Order: sequence, then structure tokens, then C-alpha cells
Amino acid sequence: MIVAEPKTLDEIKAMVDSYDRVLMVGCGTCVEVCLTGGERAVNLTATALRLSRKVDGRDIEVGEQTVIRQCDFEYLDEVKDADKYQAIVSLACGVGIQGMARKFPNMPVLPGVNTTFMGFNEEYGYYTEMCKGCGECVLDKTGGICPVARCAKSLLNGPCGGTNNGKCEIDSSRDCGWVLIYNKMNAMGQVDKFKEINSPKNHQKANNLRYMDLRK
Amino acid sequence: MGFKEEIQSGTFVVTAEVGPPKGTDLSEMKHHIEGLKDKVTALNVTDNQSAVMRVCTLAIAQVMMDMGLEPIYQMTCRDRNRLGLQSDLLGASVLGIKNVLSLTGDHPVLGDHKDAKPVFDIESVGLLEVISGLNEGHDMAGLELQGKTDFFAGAIVTPEANPLEPQLAKFEKKVKAGAKFFQTQAVYDMPKFMKFMDYAKQFDVPIMAGILLLKSAGMAKYLNKFVAGVSVPQELIDELAPYKGEDALKKGIEIAGRQIAELKSICAGVHVMAIGAEDKVPDILAAAGL
Repeated sequence: MIVAEPKTLDEIKAMVDSYDRVLMVGCGTCVEVCLTGGERAVNLTATALRLSRKVDGRDIEVGEQTVIRQCDFEYLDEVKDADKYQAIVSLACGVGIQGMARKFPNMPVLPGVNTTFMGFNEEYGYYTEMCKGCGECVLDKTGGICPVARCAKSLLNGPCGGTNNGKCEIDSSRDCGWVLIYNKMNAMGQVDKFKEINSPKNHQKANNLRYMDLRK
Repeated sequence: MGFKEEIQSGTFVVTAEVGPPKGTDLSEMKHHIEGLKDKVTALNVTDNQSAVMRVCTLAIAQVMMDMGLEPIYQMTCRDRNRLGLQSDLLGASVLGIKNVLSLTGDHPVLGDHKDAKPVFDIESVGLLEVISGLNEGHDMAGLELQGKTDFFAGAIVTPEANPLEPQLAKFEKKVKAGAKFFQTQAVYDMPKFMKFMDYAKQFDVPIMAGILLLKSAGMAKYLNKFVAGVSVPQELIDELAPYKGEDALKKGIEIAGRQIAELKSICAGVHVMAIGAEDKVPDILAAAGL
């Protein structure tokens, strides 16, 4: 799923500084699971914003809604009474925020979260990045563990010299992806395969302006 | 005899390294280079070492050649994509640089421009394949070059890495990709290093042991704690512990000299890293009886 982190209240306040009526819209799919964008997050964020502006002596009206997904017009159609507000704060991933902006072309649509990665739900409240969407999957060559997402340098041919006791050189709390790959391939009897040189990536597969067209 | 000829002839080779400065004043670096003349066969020029922005490697390699020293051009994959790397390699060849050391490079977050975009379009293994290709007369896209390169390519290996096995597998990939010599990460644990040499000899590629000058017991502890793949044995720390300042440095020089003397019969040469104390390299070599 897509993981996002909340923006700080100060950031959101700065974005809506010139408004006194905003609509805050949550997304009930990926970012709800990571507690950033669902109904509860909308309620908490909207309440905090109202209180904070009240303290500043400048009340703000914050409408609250949550739709199932913001990455699909079918669900964006459910957003109600947007015209009563001066701006929309979207608590969806970057895709949803842009969907909202397309749905309401004449309104400012502001991001209430920072979209971070595609991740796995390790345990409640803890998510780790697993996929970069590189467009050229190599999991068959790397024991089902992605070096593009799970090596800090996205290396394709083994650990760098910075790996230390199985941890990454940029964050000693995170496993070195390549040590995980080695251990898995070793356990599967695939050390010879590990020693095969993997070709450099074709970055055309990950260039911007990507699309998928199933209409043909 | 140049570096390639010397190491291939089986002579015990000594190399050292200089780091380009941060800024345009080369006086201190030139002083270090001057002091190493006639003491070493070649000098590594580091490439934005530790992800800290400095003068580019190519310019310093040229300065070094002008001063009569042979450079080993270190190239990392952190700051340039495949166009940049190949273009700089062709440039290096045009300038007359013969030796290239292929490195992946430290991540930018370890350096002084932490917000930089890390490139890593290819890495140390891929870069060795690229160099092999340029030597054969074609670029990474398979296009023919108007004039090929003639590089002597090398790589690094960490004999004291933990865990070691994945690093050894990568070492084998580097040999396969065209590494003709290796310089190791700093080695202190001689039994461990000898075990590595026992394994490495099947590949018939010269290995130069990395010697990192210990300047104090504190530095040794720091290396153990923070530097990946370096483990200074407790007895060396104990040996340094009673000494402070200049005396500790003297002890460090003695230890480095002793290590080199020990390594002489084990490997193809040593690569001495003095990090800021390059003027002590001749003392280290004297202590080693070289």
C-alpha cells in the first residue's frame, strides 16, 4: 500500500493562513491504514487546526469528509458542498490530492500529508518501503527481496563496503538489503546465482510520464 | 616501470593516497605529493571522499602527473550517471591516466551535502564492466569509440567485513567484471587477513593490503565503533593506550611499519592511508624497512 506521513500542523496552518473556510477530505484506502488519511485523521487534524486558529484569535471553519478513494473520479464525485469553502485540504496520497485538484479545477487543493513510499505493514503502526515501482522487477534474481527499494543505493550486485554487522551504512537500525538477499539465496542453495552479474537497470522503465493503457 | 608493470612483475608495490582539498588552494596537497615522490609507485586520488565535496579527481590527477607522480584515479558512482562516468573516463584517458579504481561510493547522507540526490546509476561492478568495454573500444550502449582506452582497472575489497561471505561473492563479481588489482579496506587483524588471502589466491589477481595509520587509541576505538569493515584488535589498542599526541603517532607509525613488514611475504603490496598525515608515510615505510 501507499504510505504517507502527516504534515505538521504548522505547515498546514501556513497553507491555509489566508482562508477562514476550508474543507478537509480524507481518503479511506491506503493512507487510512497507515493512520494518516482516514476519517479519524481528518477529525484529529481538523480539530487541531480549529483550536490552534482559535488561540490565534482567527477562527476557521473546517468541514470534514472522507471518501473511499481519491484516486478515482467515481469516489471523488461523493465530495459534497465544496463550493461553500475557499480551499480543500486533502489527506490522501499525492495521487489522490491531484485527483481532487482535477475534480475541482477552480479551487486551491492543498496537501495535508507527505506521500512517502509503497510499503509493507510490518506491525500496527510500522511500515517499511518494499517497492520503488522501477518498472523492471528483479525479484527473481534476488531471492524475492528488492535491492532497488531495500538497499540505500539501489545496488544490483551485492552489498557496498558500508554494510556493518548486517546493517545499512546510512541507518544502523535498518537491515542491509544485500545481506538479507545473500542469506535468503544461501538458504535456497543459490549462491552461484548470487555471483552472477546483474546488468545495469534500464531507467527508461522508470522515466516520468509513465502510463498504462489497457484500452486497446 | 609504472604501477601496472610493477605489480604484474611481482614487485612488492607501495601506493598511498591524497585527498583533493575543499577549495582551490593546493599548496598543502602539493606539499604532501612532493614528500611522497620516489617513496611510492603511484598515488590514489580520492573522489569526493566520504561524500564530502572537494576539487574534482581529474584535475588533481593532472596536477599529480605534472609533478611527476602516477595517479590511481578513484571513481565513485555516487555523483554521475553512466554518461558522466564514461565521459570522464574518456577524459581521463585523453589526459594520460592509466589506472582507475572502481568504487560505489559512500552515500551522500554520510557527507556534507546530505540533501543531494544519490545517483548510483551503476555501481562498482557495473563500472568495471564499463571500463572493460571502453578498453575494447565500445561504450555502454555498444557504440564504437573513435579511439579506445587502455585502462588498468582495480577495485576494493573488505577482508574484515561482517558478514564476510556476501562481500567475497561481490569480490568474485569484480574479478569477473575486469578488476586487475585490488586495494583492501584497512586491515589490522593479520590472521583474518591471511585467511582472506588463502581464499583470494585462486583468482590470481594482485591484492594490496590497506594500511591505515593509527594516530591514537581513541582513533582505533572510533574505527571499531563507526567504520564498517574495520576491526582493530584489542592488543593494538592496548599498545597505543599509554601514549598521547606525538608519542601516540610515533607508536602508530611503528605499528604500521611492523604490519607492512609482516605483509610483505603475504600480498602484492600495500596501500598506505595516512589521512592528513601524508608526510608521515616515508617514516612508516622506513619503519617497515622499505
